[in-house]
Amino acid sequence: MELFRSHVLVCGGTGCTSSGSAQIIEQFEKHIAERGLEREIKVVRTGCFGLCEAGPVVIVYPEGAFYSRVKPEDVNEIVEEHLLKGRIVQRLIYKGDGAAPERERSLDKIGFYKKQKRIALRNCGVIDPENIDEYIAMDGYQALAKVLGGMKPMDVVNTVLESGLRGRGGAGFPTGLKWKFAMGGATPKYIVCNADEGDPGAFMDRSVLEGDPHAVLEAMAIAGYAVGASQGYIYVRAEYPIAVKRLGIAIGQAREYGLLGKNIFGSEFDFDIELRLGAGAFVCGEETALFSSIEGERGEPRPKPPFPAVKGVFGGPTIINNVETLANIPQIIVRGPEWFSAIGTEKSKGTKVFALGGKVNNTGLVEVPMGTTLREIVYEIGGGIPGGKAFKAAQTGGPSGGCIPAEHLDTPIDYDSLAAIGSMMGSGGLIVLDEDDCMVDIARFFLEFTVDESCGKCPPCRIGTRRMLEILERIVSGKGEPGDIDKLIKLGSTIKRTAMCGLGQSAPNPVLSTIRYFRDEYEAHINEKRCPAGHCKALMRYIIDPDKCKRCGICARACPVGAISGDKTRPYTIDPAVCVKCGLCIEKCRFGAIYTK
Amino acid sequence: MGKKLDPKLFEALEQVIVRYKDHKGPLMPVMQAAQDLFGYLPIEVQDYIARGLDIPLVKVYGVATFYSQFKLEPNGENTISVCLGTACYVRGAQKVLDRLKEELGIEEGKTTPDGLFTLSGTRCLGCCGLAPVIMINDDVYGRLKPDDIPGILDKYRRARSA
Repeated sequence: MELFRSHVLVCGGTGCTSSGSAQIIEQFEKHIAERGLEREIKVVRTGCFGLCEAGPVVIVYPEGAFYSRVKPEDVNEIVEEHLLKGRIVQRLIYKGDGAAPERERSLDKIGFYKKQKRIALRNCGVIDPENIDEYIAMDGYQALAKVLGGMKPMDVVNTVLESGLRGRGGAGFPTGLKWKFAMGGATPKYIVCNADEGDPGAFMDRSVLEGDPHAVLEAMAIAGYAVGASQGYIYVRAEYPIAVKRLGIAIGQAREYGLLGKNIFGSEFDFDIELRLGAGAFVCGEETALFSSIEGERGEPRPKPPFPAVKGVFGGPTIINNVETLANIPQIIVRGPEWFSAIGTEKSKGTKVFALGGKVNNTGLVEVPMGTTLREIVYEIGGGIPGGKAFKAAQTGGPSGGCIPAEHLDTPIDYDSLAAIGSMMGSGGLIVLDEDDCMVDIARFFLEFTVDESCGKCPPCRIGTRRMLEILERIVSGKGEPGDIDKLIKLGSTIKRTAMCGLGQSAPNPVLSTIRYFRDEYEAHINEKRCPAGHCKALMRYIIDPDKCKRCGICARACPVGAISGDKTRPYTIDPAVCVKCGLCIEKCRFGAIYTK
Repeated sequence: MGKKLDPKLFEALEQVIVRYKDHKGPLMPVMQAAQDLFGYLPIEVQDYIARGLDIPLVKVYGVATFYSQFKLEPNGENTISVCLGTACYVRGAQKVLDRLKEELGIEEGKTTPDGLFTLSGTRCLGCCGLAPVIMINDDVYGRLKPDDIPGILDKYRRARSA
C-alpha cells in the first residue's frame, strides 16, 4: 500500500456537495498535481462529517486541521501554505463555538464532536465510501468472516438479542427478536433494508449509505446467514442520488471480492443484494407498504398480522431493518454484545444518531449515547439558538412524533422516556423551535404533510386526518371556535386507535402533543384571535409605536392600500381593517417603529 | 397527445422490459427506466409496458398515479423543487416558495407558459444544514432569502436566450 505524508479529506455528503465540494476536490487535485505532490498527498472524498452548518468541510491530516466553508478559490492557499509550507491557514479554520484556542482546532477539540460517540457513523467522514479496501482496512467484513467462520445461526441471533439493539427506524422493536421470529418457517426468506427515509428533517440513513455503504451490505449478509435467506433488497429513496450511486458501486465491489454472491468466504452460504428505488411516497417507509412497492404494486400497507417475519415481501418470511440499525450490527458481532450493551440506558442500548436542524447554531448529524439529555444536544453539541432567542420546543420523530417543551430539556433521551412525555424517538429528526415558531402552525404543517401522504386505504387516516387539518386551518386563520380543542383530541385519539398502519396511528401525535404542552397557544388563537408567536399572518396586527415614530410619513407613502394615516402633529397609525399585512411599512421604516403582534 | 413519441425510445424500452421481465416485481424498475427515457409516462408508454409485462394497463396507471415521482405530463426545461421539509419550513421555505410563485406567475405543480420552468414542492432533500433549500434540476441552492430568487431565475433565462 502506498504511503502519503498528508491526507486531505473533503466531505462528499449531500450537504457539502450542494455547496460545491466536488469543485473543491477538483481544485485540490489540480493544485497538488501542479506542484508534483500527488505521490505525497492524497485527496479523499469521504462521507458526511456531520457538521453540515460549516460545509463544505475539509480536514487535513496528520494535523487534523478542520477547515470550514471552504470555497474553490481558497484551495490554492491551503495547498501552498499548509501542504507545502506546513502553515495552517488560520482564516479558514472552523471557529464556530470558541471552545479551544484557534490554532489547535481539530476534531476532538470542537464542542460539536466532544460529546459524541460514533458507532453507526464511525466510518462516515473517515473513509472513501467508493473504495472497498478502505472499509476492509477499518475491520470491514471481519464480522461476516467471524460469523461464517464458526458461529451457528442461533449464536448470531443470540448475540444481537443480548446486545439489546432496538430498531432505529421509529418504533424501537428489539432487533434480535425480529431475527429470531424469522428463523423457522417457510422458504425462500428475504432480508430487506428499509432506506426509504421519508421523515422531513431526518437524514442519518442517507449519510450512512453515502459514507459507509459496505457496513449495511455486511450487516444484511449477516442477517441472511442468521435466518437462512439468500436474497436481500435495499429499498432506497430516489431523492438520494449520491446514496444510490455509492450503493451500486459498493454492491459491485463486494461481488467482485466474493463478499456477495455464491459461497461467501468459501462457505456454503450464498447471498446477494438488489437495489430498489422508491418513487416518492412517504407511506412506503411503512414496512408492509414497502413490500407492496417492491412487488410493483401501489404502496399501500397490509394488515398485521401476519407480521413480516411470517409473511413479508413476495409472501416469504422477511426481516426488515432500517439502515442505522444495520450499521450497528458488524460492530456488535466484532466487539461483542457486552461492549454494546454497556453503552446507553437500561432499556435503550447503544447510541442514536440525530439530525439536528431548525433554530440551532450547529445544524448537522450527531451521534450520542442513549440517555444524553436534550439540553446537552441542543446547547453543548448544537451550540444553542441563533440570535439569542429563547428555546421553545424540540420536535422529534417527524410527522409521527411530538414536541418536547423546555421543561423537559433535562430528560435523558431514550425510547421509553420520549414516549412517556408524548413524543417518540422516530427515525431521529430533531428540529429545534424558538420563540418565533407558532406551535399551532407547526402542528398544522405536519398534518398537511400526513394528509398529503396518506395512501387512502383506511378511512380513519384518509378522512380523519383531513378533518383535523381543516380544524387547524380554521384556527390559524382566526376562525377557531370554542370546542375545537376537544374535537381535535377526540378525533386524534380515535384515529390513533383505528388507523391501519403506523402512518395513520401516529399522524395525530404532533397535534396531541402540542395541545398537551401549548394549550394556551391554541386558546389564544381561538378565544383572543391572537398568535402569541406573531407567526400566523391572519392573526397578525401591525402596530406603530408612537414613541418611536418620527412622523416622517414614509410608511404612509409606501402602504399600497392606504391603511396608514397621520401627519406632522400626531404619530402615524395603521387601520387594521384596511391593512393587508404585506410588511412593506416595516421594511421602509428607518426607525424600527413598526412591529407586529 | 401533442408530440409524436420517438420510435427509437420504444426500442430502448423494449430492451429494458426484456431485461427485467423475469425479475421478481419488475413493474417499478421498468417504469422508472421508461420515465428516464421519455421524461414522463404518456399513456402510450404505459400501454406498451402493460403489454410487455403482460399485466393490465389499469395496474400500470394505478402505480403511475400513486407515486409522486411518476409524471403524466412533460416537465418544463428546468424543474425547480422547493424543499418543504421541517427544517426548511421553520427557516422560511414558505416565503421562498411564495416568491417563486409570484416571479413565475404559476402555482405549485405547474409549468410556465413558455415551458422554461416547472415549479414543484418536494419532500426533505436532506441538506437541512443549508435550509431553506431549492433544487433546480440537479443544482442545489441553499441558505436562501426570497430576494435571491430573481437573480437565480435570471441565470436560467439568460442560458436559454444565449
